[in-house]
Amino acid sequence: MDITFLLQLLINGLVVGSIYALVATGFVIIYKATSALNLAQGEFLMVGAYICLNLLSKHQIPFWQAILITFAFSALLGMLIERLILRPLIGSHLISVIMVTLGLSSILKALIQLAYGTDTIPFPEVFPSAPVQIGPIPVSQGYLYAIGCVAVLVALLTSFFKYSKTGVAMRATASNQQVALSMGISVKKMFAISWAIAAIVSSVGGILLGTIRGGIDMSLSFMGLKVLPVVILGGLDSILGAIVGGIIIGVLENLSGGYIDPLVGGGAKEVAPYIALILILMFKPYGLFGKKRIERV
Amino acid sequence: MRCGDFKTSYAADMTIFESGSARIMLGLFLGALFTLPLYTPGYLLDIINRIGIAVIGAVGLNILTGFTGQISLGNAAFMAIGAFSSGYLATRFGLPFYFCIPLAGLITAFSGMFVGIPSLRIKGLYLAMATLAAHFIVEFIITKWESVTGGVNGLSIPIPKLGSFAIDSDARLFVLIFVIAVMAVLFAKNLFRSKAGKAFIAIRDQAISAEVMGVNLLKYKLLSFGISSFYVGVAGALIAYQAKIISPETFPVTVAIDYLGMIIIGGLGSILGSIYGAIFITLLPELLRMGTSALSGSFPELVNKLAAMKELVFGLLVIIFLIFEPAGMAARWHSIKNYWKLYPFSH
Repeated sequence: MDITFLLQLLINGLVVGSIYALVATGFVIIYKATSALNLAQGEFLMVGAYICLNLLSKHQIPFWQAILITFAFSALLGMLIERLILRPLIGSHLISVIMVTLGLSSILKALIQLAYGTDTIPFPEVFPSAPVQIGPIPVSQGYLYAIGCVAVLVALLTSFFKYSKTGVAMRATASNQQVALSMGISVKKMFAISWAIAAIVSSVGGILLGTIRGGIDMSLSFMGLKVLPVVILGGLDSILGAIVGGIIIGVLENLSGGYIDPLVGGGAKEVAPYIALILILMFKPYGLFGKKRIERV
Repeated sequence: MRCGDFKTSYAADMTIFESGSARIMLGLFLGALFTLPLYTPGYLLDIINRIGIAVIGAVGLNILTGFTGQISLGNAAFMAIGAFSSGYLATRFGLPFYFCIPLAGLITAFSGMFVGIPSLRIKGLYLAMATLAAHFIVEFIITKWESVTGGVNGLSIPIPKLGSFAIDSDARLFVLIFVIAVMAVLFAKNLFRSKAGKAFIAIRDQAISAEVMGVNLLKYKLLSFGISSFYVGVAGALIAYQAKIISPETFPVTVAIDYLGMIIIGGLGSILGSIYGAIFITLLPELLRMGTSALSGSFPELVNKLAAMKELVFGLLVIIFLIFEPAGMAARWHSIKNYWKLYPFSH
């Protein structure tokens, strides 16, 4: 077997997987804090990428400022959605929450399509693309930057949850809302912040994907569905699980793309994560790091 | 003129028609419905046929999701299974449609029960994800299993024949579709007067309590998956006959979301609601098309944006209904009816 081919696949998987990990982290933050399943996570990613693209290419804003504006916009979008759409549904049936986020994803997709059309739009080059040699294989610098960004962001998030007052308050809310309330924490505010963080983190994923692929289109929103196997593998309420799961699913996807696709004529890459999802649900329904839920009447 | 109910027996509470006049009204409505092909132009009839198919599919999904509480995001895949199995039976074995449609329903029912087996262990959002995964896996199998499904090229479906009588026009398809739709609705209405239907509702309301009361969870969950998938499979088979050519792209995951939207907007756990929702969501793109073509003089670019507009309005409607009328159009209709029934003494 060709070892460089395998390594190439592993590196691709690592890069894509780290982006999955980012989006999954956003998903998990929302689920942990508000127990809402956000199926519009992929649309957050897409909206972030389009906003950033718009700022970069139309308004010619330097990259760092564009990123900050994108973050601000994403945070606002997340909070607005939480306030207008999710808050009235607190305490309602699971299907309502699932459907409301599906409805939201329809709306966001439609708005992007109305504004930008369905064609692929080239994304300006942010990172130098010249490949560097790592051992025997050439790796695009964009990939390295992407992995670096994800690592930095994950470190930031971890220290935020560990050391900052807001982060601790969010963890308190996630573990028990009533106790958090009685300790003087505004649960509503924590909900809003969770959505804002999830939207920001996803928008980073969108920008990274845009720079790696060199262009963005509506297919970015599929990332939201790709993230489901990731969170199921890692455990729905574990950020560590989201990161490990993201990388495993990314590698799995690329390996099956490299080795199984030629045998069946394509398509295995797309379906492999979902087969993994079913297997995990059958044998380890709470994932690698998820908390086991005890059901009471 | 009726005002209020007074029921003295359980049988009276369980009856489908609360009064003789309701029975007569329904009879008149059905009579009027089946005269539609006589004077409706072909294009409209095509839309009405799609409504009929959507009614069957939405009632089926509502049995599973609205009445049994098992969220399924995989119904587009089941629809595809129904469509391709009926297409395969018709093209390969030359079976007539009156065998193909029920057999397609049965094949889909068994696939649905197979997907439903894990539902005893996984529930709620895990089940939603499992059914979504099942959708992508089924889509993959259909694309790859070329000897049966024709792969990406799809299958072309022969015209259904009853003896020498070819069901080749929209009017004739209308009769076929609506006879099945009326049977499907009646069966569903009666299902929830039976033991199985009550068990479904008990499982939805509180699965553990239902089990304590002696409802066999696995049996009734599987039964619900089976019946629901049978409906969806029949709807898929009818889509195949109506579309005449089917491919894996005929059943994307958005179809599943559309059907969920139908039962949310119409009313979860309501047969009538599924019908309202099916009518409404099927008409939505047509209404938008009419609206945009009326406006296209002043905004010519609107026509190209139709698909996006449909998505936008669909999403907005789903959210608005979930926030302001979670019980759907059926509940709204009920409260309007009650208001007028008791008018002007509503309190």
